[in-house]
Amino acid sequence: MERRKFLSNTSAAALAGLSGLSLNSCFQDSNKHITILHTNDVHSHIDAFPKDHSRFPNLGGLARRAALVDSIRKENSNTLLFDAGDIFQGTPYFNFYGGELEFKLMSMLKYDAATIGNHDFDNGINGLYAQLPHAKFDLLSANYDFSNTTMNGHTKPYKTYLRDGIKIGVYGIGIALEGLVSKKLFKETVYLDPYEIARDTERQLKEEEQCDLIICLSHLGYQYEAWEKKPDDLTLASKTNYTDLIIGGHTHTFLDKPEIVINNKDKEVLVNQVGCFGINLGRIDFYFDHSKNNSASGVSLMV
Amino acid sequence: MNLKIQHFVIIITSLFMASCQEATTSVSQINAKQLVIDSTLIAIDSIESFVAPYRKRIDQVLDSTLAYAPEMLTKQDGRYNTSAGNLLADIILEQANPIFKSRTGKNIDFVLLNHGGIRSVVSKGNVSARTAYEVMPFENSIVVVELSGKSVLKMVDFLMSSNRAHPIGGLQIILDKNDSLKSLLIQGSVFDENKNYFIASSNYLVTGGDNMNFFKEMLGATDTEYLIRNAMIDYFMKVDTVSAKVDDRFYKTN
Repeated sequence: MERRKFLSNTSAAALAGLSGLSLNSCFQDSNKHITILHTNDVHSHIDAFPKDHSRFPNLGGLARRAALVDSIRKENSNTLLFDAGDIFQGTPYFNFYGGELEFKLMSMLKYDAATIGNHDFDNGINGLYAQLPHAKFDLLSANYDFSNTTMNGHTKPYKTYLRDGIKIGVYGIGIALEGLVSKKLFKETVYLDPYEIARDTERQLKEEEQCDLIICLSHLGYQYEAWEKKPDDLTLASKTNYTDLIIGGHTHTFLDKPEIVINNKDKEVLVNQVGCFGINLGRIDFYFDHSKNNSASGVSLMV
Repeated sequence: MNLKIQHFVIIITSLFMASCQEATTSVSQINAKQLVIDSTLIAIDSIESFVAPYRKRIDQVLDSTLAYAPEMLTKQDGRYNTSAGNLLADIILEQANPIFKSRTGKNIDFVLLNHGGIRSVVSKGNVSARTAYEVMPFENSIVVVELSGKSVLKMVDFLMSSNRAHPIGGLQIILDKNDSLKSLLIQGSVFDENKNYFIASSNYLVTGGDNMNFFKEMLGATDTEYLIRNAMIDYFMKVDTVSAKVDDRFYKTN
């Protein structure tokens, strides 16, 4: 959405003269509503867990998730659906079919984009490449350089979506592969500093793409102990300037509520993750109106 | 873990009256919910029928009962060793040693796996090939590496400082109350720093996975090409009861 700066620095008289117009532009866009749905670390869990499962009895299930996603899309057509990686590996569906079914079903659910998790390399980078024809959604990764691999040109650092006049920018951030995935599998994939790349990408989304809402799909993991010296979502959030929401993955973190982190510009960033295995669907509703950009002051959280 | 539907409302209130001066579209309110996928949702038939033929083929292969687990086995029931970890490490020692011995004439001294590699509990009840796929979905094979005694000590240091109960079998590590090494036994014998040892692990770990850097010092490696999952399935076929307990293979004295 184009910024409305045309009235800045105008005199009071000019403003009075334009009051009709300004009122219009004040209220014409009110009540815009974007719904973001998200999963992470589904790990090939297509079927619901059995009723006698010790940890997740009768929970999850992709056909049920599809019903929930459908009902939310009917409620708000301005809905986007994302996944934060580790789509592959965890049930025989992956061992038998190599990710074909996961990608086909995510396409049927009309996922808009996903980022790439470490386990999405489990059949090698060529195994991931081989499943691309089954994916009708985008793979977003800003900090993996695939130039010297078969994946070259098949991912995007970010994508923008225009929904009800709201421009949403979404970028992907992946975890360091060294020590986590065999080199034989990730081959010449180059991992770039996630914090630097995230800041570059969000700046591009804010300043060049003029996005109203900026979302990061991250497979870094929610939080690590300091001594582990591994980048995580909470630290990422604190270092960013423009990202509104980090949808995380990797650590299979079940949160009681999304975390609010204060970023580099003293503004709130939401960090969320919904566990794993398709047990939960995250839903975050953003309501928009016209107000000063730096208005976020009193944030109240009601459970 | 709380599986209730959780609902949060975050309201960002404006300090200023809405004004068109320098106004941009901005977020006024955020509602965040976590929706649990449970049996109250009616599965979509077209998805179900799309999956059905894929599932049928897998079920044919996986679902015959092989054994019975009287108790749930998990990797989260112990600080230094766990029931699921012990089961897996002991299975590998039992299943891989005959293969290694027939090829090299030598015995495996002990087993080391990684805590993160156990991907599921073994639920109480019937155990099938599917159980093995749940616990060990990876296509990882059992590799036996030869390490010097010095490298084994580095491995023990790694285990002592890792804060995770990585599965081990065939050795015993006892810590004193200050978390220093009190005793190290391998196959019941006192560890000898001047001896080389044969360690069974996964191809993932010996090629640099999970930062087990002591494996870089290996003096040799034999890939059995025996998948860990297949070792589990073969073991389940062999036994009637699948059980394991947290034991004294790695503990801290008071």
